[in-house]
Amino acid sequence: MTTQDGSLPSDPGRRRLFQAVGAAGVATALPLVPVQAAQQQAAAKQAYIFFNPAEATFIESAVARLIPKDETGPGAIEAGVPNYIDKQLGGAWGAGERLYRSGPWQQGAATQGYQLPFTPGEFFRTAIRAINEKHPGFATLSPQEQDKFIDALQKGNEDLGGVSSNVFFASLLEVTIEGFFADPVYGGNRDMTSWKMIGFPGAYADFYEYVDKHNVAYTAPPTSLAQDANGRIHVHVKLKRT
Amino acid sequence: MATRLKETDVVMLGVGLVGSIIGRELTKSGLEVVGLERGEPRYTVPDFQAPAMHDELRYSIRKSLMMDAAKETYTFRNSVNETALPMRRIQGFLPGTGLGGSAVHWNGQTYRFHDADFRMRTLATERYGKDFLGPEYTFQDWGVSYADLEPYYDRFEYLLGVSGKAGNLQGKKIAGGNVLEEARSREYPTRPMKEPYGSALFRKAAEGLGHHPFTQPSSNLSEPYTNPEGMTLNTCMFCGFCERYGCEHFAKASPQTVVLPVLLKDPKFKLRTQCQVQRINLDSSGRNATGVTYIDSQGREFEQPARLVVVGLFALNNVRMLLLSKIGTPYDPASGKGVVGRNYSYQTTSGVNVFFDQNTNINPFMRSGASGTLIADFVSDNFDHAKLGFLGGAYIGEVMSHGRPIEFHPTPPGTPSWGSQWKKAVVRHYNHTAVVSTHGSSISTRYNYLDLDPTYKDAWGQPLMRMTFDFPENDIKLSAFVTERAAEIANAMGGKQIAASPRKRPYTSTQYQSTHNTGGTIMGVDRSTSVLNRYCQSWDVPNVFVIGASCYPQNASYNPTGTVGALAYWAADAIVSKYIRSPGPLMS
Repeated sequence: MTTQDGSLPSDPGRRRLFQAVGAAGVATALPLVPVQAAQQQAAAKQAYIFFNPAEATFIESAVARLIPKDETGPGAIEAGVPNYIDKQLGGAWGAGERLYRSGPWQQGAATQGYQLPFTPGEFFRTAIRAINEKHPGFATLSPQEQDKFIDALQKGNEDLGGVSSNVFFASLLEVTIEGFFADPVYGGNRDMTSWKMIGFPGAYADFYEYVDKHNVAYTAPPTSLAQDANGRIHVHVKLKRT
Repeated sequence: MATRLKETDVVMLGVGLVGSIIGRELTKSGLEVVGLERGEPRYTVPDFQAPAMHDELRYSIRKSLMMDAAKETYTFRNSVNETALPMRRIQGFLPGTGLGGSAVHWNGQTYRFHDADFRMRTLATERYGKDFLGPEYTFQDWGVSYADLEPYYDRFEYLLGVSGKAGNLQGKKIAGGNVLEEARSREYPTRPMKEPYGSALFRKAAEGLGHHPFTQPSSNLSEPYTNPEGMTLNTCMFCGFCERYGCEHFAKASPQTVVLPVLLKDPKFKLRTQCQVQRINLDSSGRNATGVTYIDSQGREFEQPARLVVVGLFALNNVRMLLLSKIGTPYDPASGKGVVGRNYSYQTTSGVNVFFDQNTNINPFMRSGASGTLIADFVSDNFDHAKLGFLGGAYIGEVMSHGRPIEFHPTPPGTPSWGSQWKKAVVRHYNHTAVVSTHGSSISTRYNYLDLDPTYKDAWGQPLMRMTFDFPENDIKLSAFVTERAAEIANAMGGKQIAASPRKRPYTSTQYQSTHNTGGTIMGVDRSTSVLNRYCQSWDVPNVFVIGASCYPQNASYNPTGTVGALAYWAADAIVSKYIRSPGPLMS
C-alpha cells in the first residue's frame, strides 16, 4: 500500500483472496462459497408498501421471466427484485424526484426521450392496471406463454391506459436490472446474489496492489454498503474537513 | 423587490473548476470576489466518503450529483423543423451542480489540444484547400495558438498534479510518452498510472499494428503530490467509482482537493451557495454590466452590484446566461447572423467490445477514471485527411473506467435482451470483456446551435435553453473511419469475437455519450463570428468575461477539461495584467 492514510478500514491483503495466473497462463479461481444459502432460501417475503395484491402478482410473474432462476444461479424473484421495485415506486423516485414535470405535454421523436405526464409510480400503476384488465391471468400462464406475452409487450405498441406497451416493457426491464444489480440496501440483490454470479466486488474497493497483476482471478466475497465497516461511513480521520 | 447588496470588485457566477481558479487568481491580485453557486456546499470529508459514495444506483443511475431536472433542464430537437421538448430526465450528458461543479464527478482525463485544433480554419485550408468541406461547416480559428496556451496548460497540470509521461519535451521525442503530442515545457508532475490488463492487451495490439500507444494522462494521481497552492493529493486506489462520484481518497484533482480550501480561507473571497443567478444586469447603454440579480434558497431576491462579472458555469449555462441577460446578438440559423448560441458542438464517440475466453480476467472493476492506454495516431490532424473527405480525428484506447454492473453488463450481438439466455451471457462475459473506445472531434455547422426555448421554463420562471443538434456528415464519416481502426486493434487483442458500433445519426438525448458540450459563446478575433475576444472577454459588454468549453469554436479530439483549465489561467492573466490596469475592451 502506498497510501499515506493509515485509517483505511482494513488491510486488503487480508480481506482479498487472489490467485495469480499460473505458469500455463490459465487462471484458476477459488470456488465461491454460497454464504448463508439456507437463510436465503428461508428469507421471509418482504411486505409491499406500494403494490396492491394484483399489481404484485403481475410484477412477481413478469420479473421471474425477465431474469429467471436457472443453472447460473438465482433469478429476480430470489434476489428480491419485486421488493426493490416496490420500494422505488413507493419512494421519492416513484413520486417524480428529479423529473421535469411542467407542460405542455406532447409526444416527440424517440431521440427526445420520455414525454408522458406520469410519475414512475403512476406510470407502472397505470400500465399494470391495463394489463390486468385487458389480459387477466398472466400469472397463471405457462412460462412459455408468459414469455410470448412479454415478447409481445416488448415488440408491440398496445395502448396500456396511455402507456405504449414497448415503453412500459423498457421501463420494467430497466428497473428489474437495477434491482438485480443494485446494492442490497435498496431491497433487491438479496445476499449480493448477482454480484457473486458475475464476480463484481461491490462497494468496498481498493485494487491498488492488484490492478497491474494481470489476469488475476478475483474470488473474494463482495461487500455491500450495509455490511462494510458495520455500516459506518468511512472517514479519513487524519484529514480534516476543509 | 430585490435587496441591493454592497458593491464588490468581482462577482463570479459558478464556483466550480473555473470559478475556483479565477477566484484564487483575482483575490491574490487584491480584488474582492463574491462567488455565487447554485448548488450546495460539499467537501471530501464528510460528503464523499465511502462506503456511502460507492452506490451505483444513487450516483450513476439516479444521478445525485447532477443538475436537478425538476428545477431546470434543457429542451432538445434534432433539427429546426421539429418542436423541441424538455429533457425530462438528465441522461445524455451530466452537468454537475454544487460546490466544485462537474469537476467533482469527472473522470480526470486531462489532455492538451493541438495547434491544428486552435488554428483549424487556417491550417486545414493550407493543407487541404479552402473548399475541402462545404459551406455549411462553420469551424474557425480560436484566436489563440497552442504556443499562447502552453504556459497555462503547464500551470493547470501542475495545479492538478496530472500523472503521465511526456512524449515531446521541448521538441525532443521520448519513447513511452505520447510522441505525437505538441511540445510541452516540462515533464508531468507525477509518474504515469499503473496499467490494467485490458489496457496492456490494447498496448501490445496497437504496437503490433505500428501505432504509438501511451498511458492516459490522469488527474487521479499515481502517487502523492503537493501542488503550488500547498494542497496535498493522495494515490488513486483504482476503486472503480470515479466518473459520476466524488473521490473519498483525496486522489482525484477537483476544486476541493487542489485550490478551494485555500480560496475559502482568503477574506477577500465570499462564497454564497444555493444562489440561482437570474441575469447579469446592464446599465442603460447596454455596454456595461452593473452586477447580477440572484434568488437565494429561501426565495429572496438580491442584487449584487459588481465592477466585473465572470461567468464560469457549465458550458451550456454560460450560453443561457448571456441569452437571458441580452448580452450579444443571438444566433439565427436562417440568416447565419448573430453569435450567441452559434457553433454548438459535442463529441463523436464510439466503441468496440472485445469478448475474451473465460480464462482471461479483465477485472473491469479495478479501474480509475483515467487509467487506460490509447493512441494519438488518428487525433486531430496527426494523419492525412486528403483522401478521407472529413476533418478532425479521434483517440482510440482501452480506457475503461469501471465495471459497475447496472451500467456495464456486455453481451455479444444477437443475445436476447432478457430471459435465461441474456442472464447466462451476462454471467459468461462480465469479467471477460474489454471495451476499445474512440473519442472524436465534433465539427461546428450552421444548423447546430443553442437558443432560448419559446415554451418551457425553469422553476424560477425563466426560459429553458433549447438545443438543436444532430451529428454532421463529417463526423459520421470520421466515426466510421476511426471505428474501423479501433476494430483492427480490437481484433488483434486476442479475443474470440468483437462488436463495433460506429456512431450513427440521429443523435439521441437519452443515451449517455459524453458531457463534452461545447460552443455557444465562442472566442475569436472577429466580432461578427464570435461572442468573446481571444481573452474570453465579451465584445459587447467588456466588463463581462465568460470561461468554459462554451468558448470552443468547435470541439477537438481530446477531452476538453485540460483546455478549460488553461483558458481559466489565460483569462485570469489577461484580467490581472491588462484589464484591471485599464478597464475596457482588450481588443478593438
